[in-house]
Amino acid sequence: MLSPARAWREYPQRYRLEASRCTECGKISYPPRVVCPGCRGRQFETVTLSREGTVVTFTVVHVPPAGFEGQAPLILALVELKEGARTMVQLADVPDPSQVRIGMPVRLEFRKIAEEGEAGTIFYGHKAVPA
Amino acid sequence: MKVGIIGYGAFIPRRRIKLEEIAAVWGADATSYKRGLQLHEKSVPGKDEDTITMSVEAARRAFLRSGGVEPERVGALYIGSESHPYAVKPSGTVVGEALGITPVAHVADLEFACKAGTEGMYLAHSLVKAGEVSYAMGIGADTSQGAPGDALEYSTAAGAAAFLFGADEDRILAEVVATYSWTTDTPDFWRRVHMHYPRHGSRFTGEPAYFRHITSSAKGIMERTGFEPKDFAHAVFHQPNGKFPIRVGKRLGFTMEQLETGWLSPWLGNTYSGASPMGLTAVLDIARPGQLILLTSFGSGAGSDSFVFRITDRLPEVQELAPITRVQLDNDKIYVSYGQYASLRGKIRMGE
Amino acid sequence: MRDVAIIGVGMIPWGELWEDSLRTIWTRAAVAALEDAGVDTVDLITVGCMSSGLFVGQEHLASMVADQLGMPGVPASRVESACASGSLALRHAFAEVAAGLVDIALVTGVEKMTDVDGGAATYTLGTAADQEYESFHGITFPGLYAMMARVHMAHYGTTSRQMAAVSMKNHANGLLNPNAQYHLKVSIDDVLSSTPVAEPLHLLDCSPITDGAAALVIAPIDRARDLAGRRPVVRIAGSGMATDTIALADREDLSRLRAVELSAERAYAMAGKKPSDIHVAEVHDCFTIAEIMTTEALGFFGPGEGGPAAEKGWTALDGRIPVNPSGGLKSKGHPVGATGVAQVCEIVNQLRGEAGQRQVKDARVGLTQNMGGSGGSSIVHILEVV
Repeated sequence: MLSPARAWREYPQRYRLEASRCTECGKISYPPRVVCPGCRGRQFETVTLSREGTVVTFTVVHVPPAGFEGQAPLILALVELKEGARTMVQLADVPDPSQVRIGMPVRLEFRKIAEEGEAGTIFYGHKAVPA
Repeated sequence: MKVGIIGYGAFIPRRRIKLEEIAAVWGADATSYKRGLQLHEKSVPGKDEDTITMSVEAARRAFLRSGGVEPERVGALYIGSESHPYAVKPSGTVVGEALGITPVAHVADLEFACKAGTEGMYLAHSLVKAGEVSYAMGIGADTSQGAPGDALEYSTAAGAAAFLFGADEDRILAEVVATYSWTTDTPDFWRRVHMHYPRHGSRFTGEPAYFRHITSSAKGIMERTGFEPKDFAHAVFHQPNGKFPIRVGKRLGFTMEQLETGWLSPWLGNTYSGASPMGLTAVLDIARPGQLILLTSFGSGAGSDSFVFRITDRLPEVQELAPITRVQLDNDKIYVSYGQYASLRGKIRMGE
Repeated sequence: MRDVAIIGVGMIPWGELWEDSLRTIWTRAAVAALEDAGVDTVDLITVGCMSSGLFVGQEHLASMVADQLGMPGVPASRVESACASGSLALRHAFAEVAAGLVDIALVTGVEKMTDVDGGAATYTLGTAADQEYESFHGITFPGLYAMMARVHMAHYGTTSRQMAAVSMKNHANGLLNPNAQYHLKVSIDDVLSSTPVAEPLHLLDCSPITDGAAALVIAPIDRARDLAGRRPVVRIAGSGMATDTIALADREDLSRLRAVELSAERAYAMAGKKPSDIHVAEVHDCFTIAEIMTTEALGFFGPGEGGPAAEKGWTALDGRIPVNPSGGLKSKGHPVGATGVAQVCEIVNQLRGEAGQRQVKDARVGLTQNMGGSGGSSIVHILEVV
C-alpha cells in the first residue's frame, strides 16, 4: 500500500507530468528513468508532457481492487500523449462507458486517485476525461 | 502602478442534480423551492473532485490566459474554501506543487465561509500592489456541504475560480480600481470542528447577514470611488441561491441586465467560496474594454469584500484561450440521481 | 552440462482448501512427488511462490517448508517471478542439477490464496503490475489482460465467442481431471452471459483464486534411468526464459506477448525442436485471451489465428495441438506460485501415458508455458520421452 513518503517522491511526475527525454536518442520516458530504455543512455533533460492524448486501449473494471471499492465501474485506459509517451490512467466523467473507443481523444485533468482511508493522506494525480 | 487580473479561469464539475430529485427524497414541493429560491439544478463533484483538484484545473486555465507567465514566478498562492480536504495540511501546497509555483512562494489556505475566495484575491492583489511579489494567485473553490434534508442541500454545489494578479501593463485584463471590506461578528452560519455539515440561523442569514453586509460593502466602495450603479456594465454579488443576488442587486439600484451575466446560481447552485468569483469569471468571459465591473462577496460570520475592476483592451484577446464559464455550465452535463448523489457526497454510511 | 530428467510428480486436489494451511498443502504435494520418484532424500529444494508475504504473512518460506518436510539442513530457496514463479523454481533447480552442483532436487510451487478476502487477493495479484504507475490508478489483472484483449480484437478481429471457446474447452478438460478445482460443464453462452469482470472479459474468462501446491523431483538422466523401472524417462529438453516491460504503457505492440515469443524461441533452440514437433502443451490461460495470445506466441498458430483455432477445436484433446489437457488455469485452478510446477506435472503424466481419461494419444514431446504478470516474464520448458 502507498505511504505518504512513497507518494510524495513521485509528485513531479504525478502532479506535473514531468518526464525525462534522453539527450542521446531523444526517447521520452514517463515516469523518468535512470537508464534510457531506447539506447541505455544516462543523460536526460526534464520535459513536461502535454495533457492531451488518445486512448490506445481501455477496459471497464467491474471488480475494483482494494482502495477503489464503491467506485465500480472503473474505466481504465492506456493513453498516448502528444509527445508519444503512454500512461495508464482512469477515464473519468464518461456518462456511458459503452461509448469509449480506441482512438478517442482525451485530456488529462488533476484528480483525486485514492486515499489512505478517511484519516490518512490523499493521493492526487491525473485522470483522462473526454476531450 | 496599475495592478489587476492578468489571468483567470473557472472549473465546474460535469455532474448535476436537478432540484426535483432532491425534493422528491424529502417529500418537499419542488415547484415552491424553484420559485422561492430560483434554483433549478446544481453541480455535484465526483468522488475524485475536491477543492484541491478543482483549484488546480481553474488555475491552469488562468495561466492559459496569462500571456505565458511562468508558474515559478508567482510569489504567492491563496486558496479560499470551507471544504479544504484536510483539516490540517494545506490545500495550497498541493495546488502549488501541481502548478509549479512552489517552492519559492508564500502559500496559505483561507477560510471565511463563502468569502474565502475573494479574501485570496484581496491578499494577492495587495501583495502585488505593495511590490512584494511580481505575481500572486487567489483561488476560491468549494465542494459545499449541506446536511441531508436541510434547505442547504438544494443549493450546495461545487466549482472553482482562479485569478492571477500582476502589474505588467501589457498583461492586465481587468485593472483593480478599488477594494473595500466590511466585516462584523454575525453568527448566521457556522460549522464546528469534527462536524460534517454546517448549521445556520435560517432567516437570520438574510437581512442582518447577507443583505446588510453586501449592501454596506457595495455602497462603501461606490462612495469611495464615486461610482454609481449606472456606471457599471456588470455587477456580481454572492449567490447562495437564485433569489438573493438579484434582490440585493435591485435594492442597490442595479438592473437585471447588469446582473444576469454573473448570475450562475439558478443552474450552478452555491459554490460557497467559488460563488461570486465564478460569477466574475463568467463576466470576464464576455466583458468589453473600458467596462467597469463590481464584485461583492459575502461570507457568513460575516463580511463582504468588494472590488471594482476596469476592463482593458487585452481582455478580448484571451477570453477564448480557456474554457468559458457559461459553456461549462450549459454543456456536457451528466445528471445523477439522489442515490448517486448521496454516494458521491459520502452521505451513505458504509460498513466498517 | 548434464542431461536432466523428471523422476517424480506430486499433485494434490486444488480448490478452496479451508482446512489446509500453506505449509500443509506444500508438504503433501512434496511428499507425493518424493513417493512418485521413489526417493527420500534430496540435495536441493526450490520453492516457487509469488506472495506468501501478502497472502499469509509468511516470508522465509523455503527454510520453513524444508523443516516441515523433516529436511532442515537441505539448501532451500524461494524464487519469485509473479505467476511464473513455479517454472522459475524448475529452471533454477534444473540449472543446478545440469551443472553438477547437486544431484536430486525437489522442485515445488505453492500459493495459499484464500486466507485473505477477494479485495486483498485482487490487490496482491496486482502487485505483479507496476505499483506506482499501473496499480496506483486502480487497474486489476483482469483489467490488464482485458486491455490486451481489446487490442487483439481490434487488430485481428478476435471475438468474445472465440475467447469463450477457450473457457469451454478448458472446463471440458477439467471435468476429466480429479485434481481440478472446478468440475463444470461450461458452454460458450455460459461464458458470454457470465458477470462482466473487466470488459471484454467475463467471470468465466478468468482463472479463479485457488489454494494449491505441486512438486517435481528431478535428477541427472542416468539416475533417472535407474529409478524409472518400466516407466518412460522424461527429459528436460529445453528451458527458455524471457522478460518484458511489466508496464503495458512501455510496450509497443499490445497484441503480442514478446516475452512468450522470446522464451519459446530459446526453449525451441535448446531442445532442437520447432512448434510442429510439440504433441501437447500446457499454457498460461490466466484469462482466455492469454491462451489465444500464447498459442500464437508459441508458434502453434500465426498472429491472429489463435482465436479461430480455439473456436474450431484445434486445441481440444483430440485437436491438432491439444492445449491445457489438465483443464488449464481456468478449470484446474491458479494458485499462482504452484501453476508452473503443476503444468510440468501434467505434461510428465501425458508423456508417461498416465493422464487417464484426458490422455493425449502418442504424446512424446510436450511443452509448458508459464507467464508472470501481464507478460512481464515467461518461461517455456520442453519435455520429451527418451
